[in-house]
Amino acid sequence: MNEALPLIETLFPRGIAQYLIGGILIGLGTVIIYVGTGIHAGASTFLESTLSYGSKLRHFQQPKFVASRDWRVVFTLGIVAGAAGYSLATGEFGWTTEVQPWRLFVGGALVGVGTRLGKGCTSGHGVCGVGSGSRTSIVNVAIFVLVAVGVAQLVMALGVTP
Amino acid sequence: MSGVGVIADHESHPLFLPLVFVGGAVFGVGLAVSQMARPEIVLEFLQFRDFGLVFVMGGASAVAGVTFWALSRSGRSAPLTGKRFGRRLKSMDRDVIVGGGIFGVGWGLSGICPGAAYASLGIGNAVILYGVAGMFLGAYLQGYLREARSDAESPASAD
Repeated sequence: MNEALPLIETLFPRGIAQYLIGGILIGLGTVIIYVGTGIHAGASTFLESTLSYGSKLRHFQQPKFVASRDWRVVFTLGIVAGAAGYSLATGEFGWTTEVQPWRLFVGGALVGVGTRLGKGCTSGHGVCGVGSGSRTSIVNVAIFVLVAVGVAQLVMALGVTP
Repeated sequence: MSGVGVIADHESHPLFLPLVFVGGAVFGVGLAVSQMARPEIVLEFLQFRDFGLVFVMGGASAVAGVTFWALSRSGRSAPLTGKRFGRRLKSMDRDVIVGGGIFGVGWGLSGICPGAAYASLGIGNAVILYGVAGMFLGAYLQGYLREARSDAESPASAD
């Protein structure tokens, strides 16, 4: 019993409560929308559906993007507002990452390509798809987690910090 | 700009957008509480320095999964849209594999994913706009290249 504690502290140096509670709330947000609308809300379709406001490309003018773009904007504004409200209440608002801008930009661009090509992201595949027991989503998540672990380890080994 | 004639029927329900906003807000609180809005925490997970994120995705997919399962079995439809409750199932093809790989490279390099990036903006992390701009650029490039590719394959196709 006592020997297990150091291991837990090694694996979870910040404890697990905030992770578990946060995860349950993320699931709850998904459930609120699903129970009312039957929609599995993922966060990344917003990128393409929002581009449909400004781009004439036929790819972005597909009905699935145009018809959902308004509520996806509202969903995203909800995410921003929820996180803002929580951080203002706890006094964390204004926290700023030290990860370098070029990593955010280049990584973000690859995330943008990958999520749209791969039909979903951490919430679409990771939460809704895995929750649905979808083999496609489980395969997608397994691939992106394994690849991301490799890349993050490589970046760390190369001494790129933060 | 209003979507000319392609607005989905469900958007006409007066509670549709408010419900989506509330759901999004709870989702955003969850991302802030779980610390996923901080790229550093995601990177520490991927670098095996703090495995806490297992509980974030595990907790979220368990809560969502139980609900999807129960309501799908009920055979009912959603009250605001009339849409039949179902699971999220997507077809498997090469794009799912390649896209997952590209996503993984980006996630491992930056520690950001779409939902977490929006939440990160919410906690006041303005620098994340570099990441959000990158995501839009990536999504645009991907759409542009796919359209060019499909045009090359079948010039007459209206898609």
